[in-house]
Amino acid sequence: MEFKEKLLASHLALEEKVDLNDAVHQTRLESLKTFEQKGFPSPKDEAWKYTSLNAMVRQDYALFPKAETSIELKKVKKYFLYEIDTYKVVFMDGVYSPFLSDTTHDGLDVCLISAALSKAKYRNLINTYFNKITNKEDSLTALNTSYTLEGAYVYIPKSVVAEKPIEIIHFSTGKEKALWLQPRNLIVVDNNAQVQIVERHQSLKKHSVVTNSVTEIYAHQDALVDYYKIQNDLSTASLIDNTYISQEKNSNVSVHTFSLGGKLTRNNLNFYLKGERCHSTLKGVTLLEDRQHVDHYTLVDHASPHCESHQDYKGVFSEGSKGVFNGKIHVDRLAQKTNAFQQSNNILLDDKATVNTKPQLEIFADDVKCSHGCTVGQLDEDALFYLRSRGIPKKEAKALMTYAFANNVLESVELPVLKKRINKLIAEKLGVNLGFDL
Amino acid sequence: MLTIENLHAKVEGKQILNGIDLDVKAGEVHAIMGPNGSGKSTLSSVIAGHQDYEVIQGTMLMEGQELSDLSPEERAHKGIFLSFQYPIEIPGVSVTNFIKTAINASRKAKGLEDMPANIMLKKIREKSALLEIDSRFLSRSLNEGFSGGEKKRNEIFQMAMLEPKLSILDETDSGLDIDALKVVANGVNKLRSKDNAVIVITHYQRLLEYIVPDFVHVLWEGKIVKSGTKDLAIELEEKGYDWIKEMA
Repeated sequence: MEFKEKLLASHLALEEKVDLNDAVHQTRLESLKTFEQKGFPSPKDEAWKYTSLNAMVRQDYALFPKAETSIELKKVKKYFLYEIDTYKVVFMDGVYSPFLSDTTHDGLDVCLISAALSKAKYRNLINTYFNKITNKEDSLTALNTSYTLEGAYVYIPKSVVAEKPIEIIHFSTGKEKALWLQPRNLIVVDNNAQVQIVERHQSLKKHSVVTNSVTEIYAHQDALVDYYKIQNDLSTASLIDNTYISQEKNSNVSVHTFSLGGKLTRNNLNFYLKGERCHSTLKGVTLLEDRQHVDHYTLVDHASPHCESHQDYKGVFSEGSKGVFNGKIHVDRLAQKTNAFQQSNNILLDDKATVNTKPQLEIFADDVKCSHGCTVGQLDEDALFYLRSRGIPKKEAKALMTYAFANNVLESVELPVLKKRINKLIAEKLGVNLGFDL
Repeated sequence: MLTIENLHAKVEGKQILNGIDLDVKAGEVHAIMGPNGSGKSTLSSVIAGHQDYEVIQGTMLMEGQELSDLSPEERAHKGIFLSFQYPIEIPGVSVTNFIKTAINASRKAKGLEDMPANIMLKKIREKSALLEIDSRFLSRSLNEGFSGGEKKRNEIFQMAMLEPKLSILDETDSGLDIDALKVVANGVNKLRSKDNAVIVITHYQRLLEYIVPDFVHVLWEGKIVKSGTKDLAIELEEKGYDWIKEMA
């Protein structure tokens, strides 16, 4: 049986786990139909021209992992921001791990979407937000929606500033030889509220795992959301990340994506700027080697006037790795005084790595400032000479320059402990001996 | 210290240096002057080992060792320092981290341990004070968004930190106002000793009022056509370069 057929047939098994009379279940069923019609994207689809899922979906995967796997904290501690106090929503093979988690309902909600879906007190919220900003035509999002079961649920009420960052971590243990995970996160940040969230997907053992994740983020008026995605997984793990962000008036949302490891990663990052004077920041550091593949597919939809969006993606590629950047900016007829900027800068460290980068600008308003720039190149020879003339050997000079190039994106990271962590990871990957403080 | 004989060099297929002879001894300051395009910057790039410049004839001996065989970093380890006419911007690396990396790279090449952090810090404080550099400046990305004066001051700060035997100042005065020029010159003078030497490359005599040379050489069409003392610089300032061209 093909994997697609398995997904369609196994859906019945999901019905034993969920409330069938719920409105959400109708959404699941409709979404399954969409997936049935559309199937997995193929390289013939323009949006998937450079990223093929063919090999991935030829394999078979377990869809429902067995019961919760317990694991000692010390074995996974390094994947947490253990230096600071955080809220944590942690999953093992898709199953909630109460032991590793630290949730709350005290003044804000940091808990599970399964709880939000099943409890009456959340019904209004679920009806208002669940699956409301996703792209209904997107087959992978539809597939995730059809299997909605578990994930993180975050609600920050009006004017509340979450005093601790929230970590959402999905571990895969390797207990299943091949596992297909579909976490579903919902994050609602009400008027004037603030939150920082760090999301991570991590295999603990080499095994074939694909995560098809959907996250919806609603930033209401004056809300501030800082979202960080750490993608530093093992070479056997693939991730399709579908993130949808809705911004109301004066809200400020930034998403930093650190793609430092993994087999195949596709980031579908969608911003919908619905209110006036929104600020959106999309930043990415991609550092790949071997046969790794990362595809950033961004959409910034300027639907309101006076908004500003900044995209800055930096990539460093070596040894047959492959990077893709496709950035679409859509400026609605009504979205006058839009400022939209996009940059994708890439360095190829050898001639076996490839990068495809493509800006897509659709501008229907006349009083806007939009700019885009893509570069693909090698390290600047004059800069290398400058470093070497100061006594820094060629290899170190190259590593230091590459480090500096990638590191520049981190300036806007507001979580110092995370910044330091990523700094260090980048330095390690590049073999830079950081004989200095960060 | 540095002995250059009959040096010929080309860049991008074009021959720029046509037989340079220059002998710089420890404790000396040499000024190399000349009109635009005479080969001044080429000479400094060739000594420092820029990959685009190719030596086709002649020798460059630094303390008896031929420089052409050495990489730019090896030349730095031997004590050669070039203050760039146009210092390169390196976003993402702070001035402090850059200089620490450079110092420890040189120490490593000499088989020494990293410089202890407290000594490094003390040295950074001392040398930045010498050049009137604010500590906030040191945490900024290297040369990024620096004014012309800040860039040049930062070059001399690096020189002070690295303590080279031979410093080549390539048009260090360009883009400097008189106050910045005095600070930079004062810094260079304080670093002078009987054990090190300086080559000042400049178009104008102005800088030489503050860094007083022992010898002045005039470069024209890739050759030193006249050498003298500091009086030659004053003469050039008065008469321009035309008489030199006619003489050559």
